Amino acid sequence: MTKNDFIWNRKNLIGLRELSREEIEHILDTAKGFENISTRSIKKAPTLRGKVVVNLFFEDSTRTRNSFTLAANRLSADVIEFTEKVSSTSKGETLLDTAKNLEAMGIDIVVIRHSAGGAPKFLSRNINACVVNAGDGYCEHPTQALLDTYTIRKIKGSLEGLKIAIVGDIAHSRVARSDIYAMTKLGAKVILVGPPTLMPAQVNQLPVQVSYSLDAVIGEVDVINMLRIQFERMGQNPFPSIKEYSHYFGLTVERMKKAKKDILVMHPGPINRGVEIESEVADGKNSVILEQVTNGLAVRMAVLFLVNQAAMIKE
Amino acid sequence: MAKNLIIKNGRVIDPANNIDKKSDVLIVDGKIADISPQIHSGGSEPRSSGSGSKDDMVIDARGKLVLPGLIDIHVHFREPGDEEEETIASGSMAAVAGGFTSVVCMPNTDPPIDDATSVEYIHRMGRQTRKTHVYVMGTITKDRAGEQLSDIGFMAQAGAVGFTDDGTGVQNASLMLRAMKYASMFKNIVLSQHCQDNSLAGSGVMNAGFNSTALGLPGIDPLAEEMMIWRDIQLVRKTNMLYHVQHVSTAKSVELIRQAKKDCLPITCEVAPHHLLLTDDDCRDYDTNYKVNPPLRTAKDIEALKQAIREGVIDALASDHAPHLKSEKELEFLAAPFGIASIECALGLYIKALIEPKIIDWPQLVSIMSEKPAKIIGVDKGTLGIGKQADVTIIDPNLEYIVDVEKFHSKSKNCPYNDWKLKGKVEYTIVGGEIRFSGLAPAPVAGVQSRGSQP
Repeated sequence: MTKNDFIWNRKNLIGLRELSREEIEHILDTAKGFENISTRSIKKAPTLRGKVVVNLFFEDSTRTRNSFTLAANRLSADVIEFTEKVSSTSKGETLLDTAKNLEAMGIDIVVIRHSAGGAPKFLSRNINACVVNAGDGYCEHPTQALLDTYTIRKIKGSLEGLKIAIVGDIAHSRVARSDIYAMTKLGAKVILVGPPTLMPAQVNQLPVQVSYSLDAVIGEVDVINMLRIQFERMGQNPFPSIKEYSHYFGLTVERMKKAKKDILVMHPGPINRGVEIESEVADGKNSVILEQVTNGLAVRMAVLFLVNQAAMIKE
Repeated sequence: MAKNLIIKNGRVIDPANNIDKKSDVLIVDGKIADISPQIHSGGSEPRSSGSGSKDDMVIDARGKLVLPGLIDIHVHFREPGDEEEETIASGSMAAVAGGFTSVVCMPNTDPPIDDATSVEYIHRMGRQTRKTHVYVMGTITKDRAGEQLSDIGFMAQAGAVGFTDDGTGVQNASLMLRAMKYASMFKNIVLSQHCQDNSLAGSGVMNAGFNSTALGLPGIDPLAEEMMIWRDIQLVRKTNMLYHVQHVSTAKSVELIRQAKKDCLPITCEVAPHHLLLTDDDCRDYDTNYKVNPPLRTAKDIEALKQAIREGVIDALASDHAPHLKSEKELEFLAAPFGIASIECALGLYIKALIEPKIIDWPQLVSIMSEKPAKIIGVDKGTLGIGKQADVTIIDPNLEYIVDVEKFHSKSKNCPYNDWKLKGKVEYTIVGGEIRFSGLAPAPVAGVQSRGSQP
């Protein structure tokens, strides 16, 4: 599957919008090679020995952060956790200051999560180290989409021709955006499902279909990705109540009866049981939520490996 | 007192008097004394070769345009409060370098210009600087808080040329109606609005559209602007108050204003250069120099604005010069402040947007950069009429230059046009008969003709 003549030459992974199908497939193929490290008795490869990876997380995250830390550890890199609160004004230490400080310490790879869309790109313009986006505002979350597509590909063989529903708060979801780019580039048909108040501006210009009815699409999709409802956005009152949202867009046992028998149920986590997904469905036989987490590790190892390799070639 | 000044052989364009011809301009005692072919130095005596009158200065404007001083009715000079970004002194220097003989400072300073003392302070600083004429608008509401009316009468008496809460619009319709009703008892007061409904604009940082979706940034729906314009038009309908829409940016806004003008309402509007040259596509690299409010819109909006300019629906071009420090702009797009500093290259930008593609001709451009802006703020300027104060801008319309923000006189360099190639270099900016800026070095001195003349 690996194309021998393909050379990965990006030292940053900012988003999937700018990646070609070939590049995305190359990451997934590379991840496949890393998958079995986790099942060995000695769970380490020397690939990034002597390299320093910084986890620069300005937003709370458990699984993505741990996943990146573990991925870097498995590749024998040294990992620094950066947790300082950084000012978003010019009066305190800015993101640029932080970046320059890190640079001065001689780090090799920065894994950044930030609440502002574009922060990883901003960082990559200002430092020489590799930059890997671990989620920026509601712009992109490339490694999440890579592990989503990796999981689907592993089970279904290919994304070509599959119908995939992404359900929930599309407007404020970086996962949705990255998923849309990755999945459509790999040949899947994506249907966005949610209330109009949670659809982004000019959503029709994305290569997707939009539906306001989960009931209308549940029967025809091969994969359903349930996005987490973010309670902190409830202040904007995008829908009247959690109860009403669950009624129209929750993945319930009842709804699952109308789904294809082999539908894959996905969720980027952490799940709100009983809100966007019923416990029985989250824990049910169609759920691949925990496999997603497992695969995330291989995908992130691949990404760290590839950006580092590109940086070394550039040197 | 200024010496006599003769500007020779230029193409003199004065739309207010329907003049567009090759002519000389004589300035005596800071006023326009004569416009006719072949004015000689030394009074009425023909010049004898080799000895110019000691009392006259002569500028050779062959191949140049001689225009009534340009007027920018929308600038932010940040004083008082943010003097690290700009001062009235640095902004005024930038203004004359850009060819502007008059500017109108917006009152969203810290503290805001909301009383007569503050108005007088701005005037005094402007006079001390002795560059461009510095006018100021006062706020509509106290502390720009959108709650209570400012001292509109006192500020008008002190010389404020209009009122606005610029930076934000007056959100409360009842308050805006009251402001219009109250201000209507004074003569020729214009209320000027930054039209944006905050409830619709939310926390947006760029135009709401496909680009904001792709960039994952909160958008400002064009409706936010259009709703407030629509609302205010209804208030004007009721009060017949002079009303000005600042930095119009959307096609629909233009349509609303066009219709209001057809209905003979006393409404004027302005357009900023960035809304004629840049679109939200330019935000795609998260370059904060493209973060501006109202946000950059789309190519369709630009077309509508240009069409409106062609039809005369737009009354003024205004730079909305909004300086910010590099350190403030070197932030995440979400966190950086709004604004573009452009007063020094604004003229070149308008030429690029409007003259080069032949949207309008020179007299039309001069009209909306001088004559009509003067009318909006109610000052006796914007013309080269005999007896008027001699505010004159002389430009070379064809001379190309490359924008270099490092050479800006402005304290701030937040300008997306760096390295752009523009035409229309300012050669002289003359304010009240005094040369306050010369793009040529050295400036001409008494008794000696400028370059190109016989010794």
